[in-house]
Order: sequence, then C-alpha cells, then structure tokens
Amino acid sequence: MSNVATTDPATTPVEAFVQLEQNGVELMPLRKAGLARFSETGYPTLRDEDWRFTNVKPLTELPFRPVTSPFDQTPGLEQLGEVTFGCLDADRLVFVDGHFKADLSQIADQSSGVTVSNLAHFEGELGSLSGGDDNPFVALNDAFFTDGAVIQIGDGQHLAKPVHLLFVTMAGEDGEAAHVRNWIVAGANSHGTIIESHLSLGQAATVTNVVTETRVGNGANVEHVKFQDQSAKAFHLASLHSELGRDARYAFHSIALGARLSRNNLRLRLAQPGTECVLNGLYMTRGQQLADHHMIVDHAAPHCDSHEYFNGLLDDQSRGVFHGRILVQPGAQKTNAKQTNKNLLLSDDATANTKPQLEIYADDVKCTHGATVGELDADAVFYLRTRGLDACTARRMLMHGFAGEIVERIRHDAAREELDALVWNRLEAKHQLD
Amino acid sequence: MLEIKNLLAGIDNKPILKGINLSVNAGEVHAIMGPNGSGKSTLASVLAGREGFDVTGGEVRYKGNDLLDLAPEERAREGVFMAFQYPVEIPGVNSAYFLRSAVNAIRKHRGEEELDAMNFLKAVKAKMKELGLGEEFLKRPVNAGFSGGEKKRNEILQMAMLNPWLAVLDETDSGLDIDALRIVADGVNRLRGPKNAQVVITHYQRLLDYIVPDFVHVLHDGRIIRSGDKSLALELEEKGYDWLVKEAA
Ligand SMILES: Nc1ncnc2c1ncn2[C@@H]1O[C@H](COP(=O)(O)OP(=O)(O)OP(=O)(O)O)[C@@H](O)[C@H]1O
Ligand SMILES: [Mg+2]
Repeated sequence: MSNVATTDPATTPVEAFVQLEQNGVELMPLRKAGLARFSETGYPTLRDEDWRFTNVKPLTELPFRPVTSPFDQTPGLEQLGEVTFGCLDADRLVFVDGHFKADLSQIADQSSGVTVSNLAHFEGELGSLSGGDDNPFVALNDAFFTDGAVIQIGDGQHLAKPVHLLFVTMAGEDGEAAHVRNWIVAGANSHGTIIESHLSLGQAATVTNVVTETRVGNGANVEHVKFQDQSAKAFHLASLHSELGRDARYAFHSIALGARLSRNNLRLRLAQPGTECVLNGLYMTRGQQLADHHMIVDHAAPHCDSHEYFNGLLDDQSRGVFHGRILVQPGAQKTNAKQTNKNLLLSDDATANTKPQLEIYADDVKCTHGATVGELDADAVFYLRTRGLDACTARRMLMHGFAGEIVERIRHDAAREELDALVWNRLEAKHQLD
Repeated sequence: MLEIKNLLAGIDNKPILKGINLSVNAGEVHAIMGPNGSGKSTLASVLAGREGFDVTGGEVRYKGNDLLDLAPEERAREGVFMAFQYPVEIPGVNSAYFLRSAVNAIRKHRGEEELDAMNFLKAVKAKMKELGLGEEFLKRPVNAGFSGGEKKRNEILQMAMLNPWLAVLDETDSGLDIDALRIVADGVNRLRGPKNAQVVITHYQRLLDYIVPDFVHVLHDGRIIRSGDKSLALELEEKGYDWLVKEAA
C-alpha cells in the first residue's frame, strides 16, 4: 500500500472515483453500479420518508473526500489499549480511516474452517445481502469502500475468542470519509461473538460509512455488539444487512453514544423458520447530537421471534430518532414480534421522534409495539432521596438503570461490564458539567 | 424528638393540613388513624419533604432542628425514615445496589465506615431472613413487579437496614396477610428502643395488637380531633369515626 495521502481532494463522487482508479483500485461491477446508483439519487433529503427526521445536509456540504489511501500517521498500540474494549481479550482487527493496520491488529491462529481477516481483495458475495437497498449511503459504500473485516465461521465451528473490529478515524480534514465494508458468515451450528467499535482520535468533521453483511446459518448463534463513540463533529452512517437461517440465534446490540449525527440502518431478514432475533439499542445524546435507528425486520418464514428494545437518553438540544418496521410476510404464521422504544428527555429542548410500525400479512401472529417519551420519574427520584441518596445520585441511578435495561442484554460478560461502567461514568461526567 | 406545631399545609392552594399539633418523644409509638382523605399521607409526605406540598404555617422540629428546612436526603441521613403507602417501582435499579448505596450514604453522614459488598450482603441477608424475603429480591429491580405485600416488606427491610431514629409508617399493614402482618410488626418492634420512635398510620386496630402504641390520634379534615391511649383504637373499631366527628364539630 502506498503512503500517499489524497493531495488534491476530489470534490465530487465522480472525480473521487477516477482517483480511486488512479490509486490502483480495481473498479469491479459492484463499485461501478454503486456510483451509478448514487449519481442517480444523490444524498437523501428530509423529503424522503425514511429520512424525515434526520437531516444530512451538513454532511452534504462537506467536501467529498474518501480516504482512498492511508495516511502516514497511525495511533500507537498503547493509545489503542486505552480506548473502550482496547484491552478486551479478543482477536483484534484495527482499521484506521478505513485502512487495515496489520501491525496494530492481533489475530491468533484460528481453527481450520474459520477465517478472520481484513477484506483485502476478497470479493465473495459482497453486495448479495445489501443489494436490494436503496439507501444512498450503501451505494456510496459500494463505490468507495476501502477495506473491512471478513469473518467466516465454518459449519459447526466457533470463534475461539470474540473478534473485535476496531475502526478509528485519525483524519484531520473535514469531509474525510472512511467507507468500510464487513462480511460475516456464520455457518450451520457455528457460534461467535463480534464486537465492532467506531472511535475518533481527531476532532474533525469526518465521515464513517460502514456496510455490514451478515449471514447467520441454520442453528448458528451470533452475538454482535456495535459501539459507536465518535467525536462531536463526526458523521456516522451504518447499514446492517443480516439474513438468518433456520433456528438461528442472533443478537445485535447498537450502542450509539457519539457523533454529531449517527444513523444505523438495520435490515433483518428472518428467512427460515425457528429463528430468534434480538435487536437491542441504546442511544445517549447531548448537545446538538442526533442518533437515528431505522430498522426493518422482515419475517419471511413462520415460527420466528424478533424482539427490539431501544432506549434513548436525550439531553440538551439533542434528538433521538427511532423507526422500527416489522413486516410479517404472507405465510409467516406464528410470528412473535415485539418492539419497544423508550425515550427519556433530560432537557426541555431534547426531542424524540419515534415511529413503530407493523405491517402484517399473516393472520396467526403475535405482534406488539410500544413507544414512550417521558422524563425521569419524579416520584422515583423522591423515593431514592428519602433513602439518603442526594438528588444527583438519584437521577444518575435512574438514568443508569434505564440504560442498563439495554446493556444487561449483552451476553458477553466483559463487554457488558465495560459498557456498564462506561455508561455510569458518562452520566457522572454529565453531572459534573451541570 | 418530633415536635409538630400548628402545621398548615396544602397542595395547589388547597389546604389539607389545617393545624396539626403532635409531639413524639423518644421511646414512644404513636398511631395515627382517621378516615380516608383526612390528610394522613399528606402529613407523612410533608415530613419526608415531598415536592409539591406547600407548608403555609406552623413548624416541625426534629431533634431540636427545623425539619422542614432539610432536603429529603438530609432528613433521611438525620435518621427520619418513611415507609410509603405506595412504594414506587423503580425498574432498572438493582435492589442490592440501591440499598447498599443508601446504607452507605447514611453511614457516611454518621461518620461510620462504609459497608463493602461482602459485609453488606451478610447484613442484608440476615434481615431478609427475619422478614421472610427470599434472596432473589436483591437481584430484582427495586419494587418492580413486586406484589403489594412484597413492597411493604421491602419498606420494612429498608427501614431495618437504615436504622432510623424516627420511622413513619404509612399504612404498611394494608394488603398484608396475617403472617406478613406479624412479620412486619416484628420488624417494627425490633426497632423499638429508648432512643427511637415510631409513628404508625393505619386503618386497622388489628395492627395495634402487634405494635402496641403509647398514643392513638385521630386525624380528621386536617386536624387531630382526639388523642388517647390504645383503648381509643378499640373504641374506634367498635363505633367508627362519626361520633368523634360530631363531638368535634
Ligand atoms: N397530589 C395531590 N393532588 C391533589 N390533592 C391531593 C393530592 N394528594 C392528596 N390530595 C388530597 O388531600 C387530601 C388528603 O389526602 P391523603 O392522601 O393525605 O389522605 P389519607 O388520610 O392518607 O387517606 P387514605 O386513608 O385514603 O390513605 C385528599 O382530599 C386528597 O384528595
Ligand atoms: Mg394515605
């Protein structure tokens, strides 16, 4: 790989695409089609139903600067040791601005039948799960992705340790964008834990655009924790496309704490009977932040369970957006789908937009949804105070408890405990700011 | 220990307490009875410092100091405990964690060493056994999904752990079966001592067979209209409140 930074920043996707080719990237059909799709649609606007509450205009006004080749500067190993999950006992793949850093990564030998590596020139079936999506950011990713992770667990195999995918941005110029692509396949009756984290080591208005395709095979059991804690000016766009096989168990946790704007598109397809799928999310925002989760859970087979739990803690002028659509296809009888979104507004100026949606084409199903937007329970604060706890501690305990409803669903002990402590400390930091 | 003088309090400009006078000394148990809506819980709320209740006159002194001047947590740390008529459910907050924090907040205030997790567990498990509460309660969120009786027992557990000087129990007996009633009463009686006092709000003379009061007061329309000894409770049981109300009018 060259160490030449993009000297003459391109300002349009088409120009950037030409530069990509100059940098020696093979323009396979996926990329070309992505560019073509994006050229057609452009960025989403508030007029798009799926983007009604999430205005990406500030992002579109940034120069278009995909980081097509890596910068010289990289973080040190010690620095990475200090970040969240940096010390977690895991196999670790580190990407800086979308480029793989072998020297910072550590992967123990995997048993035969297990692949944990960076994407490099892997093409596999990239796009086979995300293909039907009209999200313009997926199109951009198709065109510009630089690297990402490949995790393939063979039938009956498992990951010896959790795999930690650590994505950091170092970029110092506004608009510099990392387009990251992950490909995860868990074979029949395999299992594994994946921890994906996105952090910023700089303060610029950078863009992270990640697309992850996951195929969970028959009887496989996968837990995936996605942790986003980027800096206050960053833009984070993510799109998950998962397809679940017969009797598969899949838990996806989205913890969104950082970034000026974050958007997680979650697309789940329950393709075979007997699957159990949990989507579990926590967003905590303050200042001008916006955190958006937009999901479609497609029950395409009978006897599947899906549960969505999303809690938001919104402070200052921040905004939380939740859109959860459950689609029960004809024939998907005995579907059991449950969806809840709870929001706590910690300031008068915070906003929650929540839109649970059921679309049911089968008659023998159990579907429930509910959304709440409220404030901290004054009676509960009072109750705790009458037991000797000061008002700050009381409020913090309640917020921590509210966040804890989500965090406690993470099965991986070390990850859960680290997150729990992190949430608690963030709440403390917050109360010191007051 | 507690001196309430001509206390006037209300909500949204609506007077509820219309001149309460009550004096509770260390070592005493007082029972407060009275019809629904007479202001019993309001009195408890004012003593605990609940927001929204406006004190428009009178004073409350606790151990010689102005109680109403203290924040709710300060009152708790000074040794005032309130067992609520309707304990609040707090989903997400683990019972053990909550209770240990509370115990330590109070210990710290008293200049005592904080309890570590081990010592706390030892202490709390012993108390739970006395109260017939299974250990699984410690793992559950505070009061969340507890039955009515479990919530009341949990109030008594907290009281036992926090060791207050003055405990006010608002209808802690309501909704308890006969065994639970005895357990709760035992819990209260264990706290009785020459330096402690209890104010027990109840509708049922039955409780007073177990927690024998030194004084019984009848609250009606925001005033104490009659005080007596435990025989007053028996009389009320027999005759109801009407005769007293008529006499007071
Ligand atoms: N939050 C409130 N807002 C308005 N009115 C209130 C409020 N709380 C109590 N009240 C009123 O104050 C009066 C006294 O209520 P309180 O709860 O103190 O009665 P109580 O003696 O405890 O009754 P009970 O035996 O039913 O528990 C009632 O008329 C009640 O409706
Ligand atoms: Mg009452």
